[in-house]
Amino acid sequence: MAPPPNRRPGFSRKAQYGIFAGYVLAVAGAFAGLLLLAVSLFDPTGFAALKTIGREATAPVAEGVDGGRRAVGGAGSAIAAYVNAGRKNAKLEQQVQAYRGELIKARSQEREIERLRAMLGLARNTAEVVAVGRLISSSASSTRRLGTLSIGAQSGVREGQPVRNPKGLVGRILNVGPRTASILLLSDPENVVPVRRASDGLPAFSTGLANGDVEIRAINAGQNPFRAGDVLVTSGNGGLYAPDIPVARILRLTPDGAVARPFAQPADTSYAMVQRVFVPLEEAPAAGASASDAEGLPVVESPGP
Amino acid sequence: MSRAPANAYPRSRRRRYKSRLYRRQSPLMAMLVPIASVLIASMITTLPILSSLPLLPPLGLMMLIAWRQIRPGLWPLWVGAPFGLFDDLFSGQPIGSAVFLWSIVVIALSVVNDRTNWRDYWQDWLIAALCLIFAITGGMLFVGLVYEPAGLEPLVPQILLSIFSFPVFARLVSMLDRWRLAA
Repeated sequence: MAPPPNRRPGFSRKAQYGIFAGYVLAVAGAFAGLLLLAVSLFDPTGFAALKTIGREATAPVAEGVDGGRRAVGGAGSAIAAYVNAGRKNAKLEQQVQAYRGELIKARSQEREIERLRAMLGLARNTAEVVAVGRLISSSASSTRRLGTLSIGAQSGVREGQPVRNPKGLVGRILNVGPRTASILLLSDPENVVPVRRASDGLPAFSTGLANGDVEIRAINAGQNPFRAGDVLVTSGNGGLYAPDIPVARILRLTPDGAVARPFAQPADTSYAMVQRVFVPLEEAPAAGASASDAEGLPVVESPGP
Repeated sequence: MSRAPANAYPRSRRRRYKSRLYRRQSPLMAMLVPIASVLIASMITTLPILSSLPLLPPLGLMMLIAWRQIRPGLWPLWVGAPFGLFDDLFSGQPIGSAVFLWSIVVIALSVVNDRTNWRDYWQDWLIAALCLIFAITGGMLFVGLVYEPAGLEPLVPQILLSIFSFPVFARLVSMLDRWRLAA
């Protein structure tokens, strides 16, 4: 292609000024971007309304595509279910018979636990489920790891509530629209979760690495106490996340901690439960957890510096 | 086989009952198709592509670069800012990040376009690759200004994917260009 002649378009002053004005406007646009960036970094909630509009507008499309994907993916198993329906039915009935006894036993034990709790004057220590929704989208091209949930304020979802699925912790609610909510995923660099090792209760922190994994740092520094394959669960220190939600399994060690892979991967998270914010009991926490309480507090605050 | 096919004319000559003279392209379509293609590409990220690491290329930016390369004078120079603002609404980046980065990319493309008189396909690809690396790492650094920077390692798959899929988008844009200008 021949060189375009618009670098200096002849002797027309008007055209020359036009090109110059274009550059000035473009640079001004870049500076406006920097200004917006500064505002949105220092006040991350300031533009939340704008983003909510964008999310709400695209949610129906995302939900539709998601439904289609599920229907196609589930078609095979639905057909397979017809083939051996009789055998499966018989097996399930046997199982129901077997579990009935256990269920009755479990109910009576639950009542017993409630009675003992009441006797000791303890509050309920379990997290209640606020609502159940679907993860319909995630920020696929940004190092901020955010997900979009298909339920919002109309279902009782509020900012800061933890989100989990049957496999483990997904993240927490970052901001809420009427019918959608965005989730700060576990692997976001900003998401800090107090955890403990499931086997011996060793307290630690999990921080996102933005590449799908999380970094684990033990609270008591010293020699690296972790081993590959260790399972981490939430400790409940500092509130927000209820204790004993599975978080991650350690993949490999680093000089000052470990890299772990979360149990709940966004790609196979079909349903996500939003839980009430966990408020720890008034009693003094166990020794060893006290150190993490002070540092665990920032997690409860709204996101941002 | 003596029977003639149903329509012996090539596709372009089939409009028998329409005048083939004074055909005019639709100015609305010629204007709206490029804009819509960039905006739609920016919104792709809201589809349920659930990945635990950032993998999807910045599609809106790739469309913008491809349009700037095939039609340097199609949009004014400040077009990076409004397109970037739209992309920020959906990408999850802090608002302003793409406004800045895309403006810089458009200015750089324009400067390169003025300085290099003869460019070929490979040079266009190289320039686009540099722009994409700049925008992706820049986006990571802006997120890392306040939060802990994520480092370059998680970005490598995304950068590679965007560089190697750029020719597809350049081809798509040239197809769209032909379609929007067809009468």
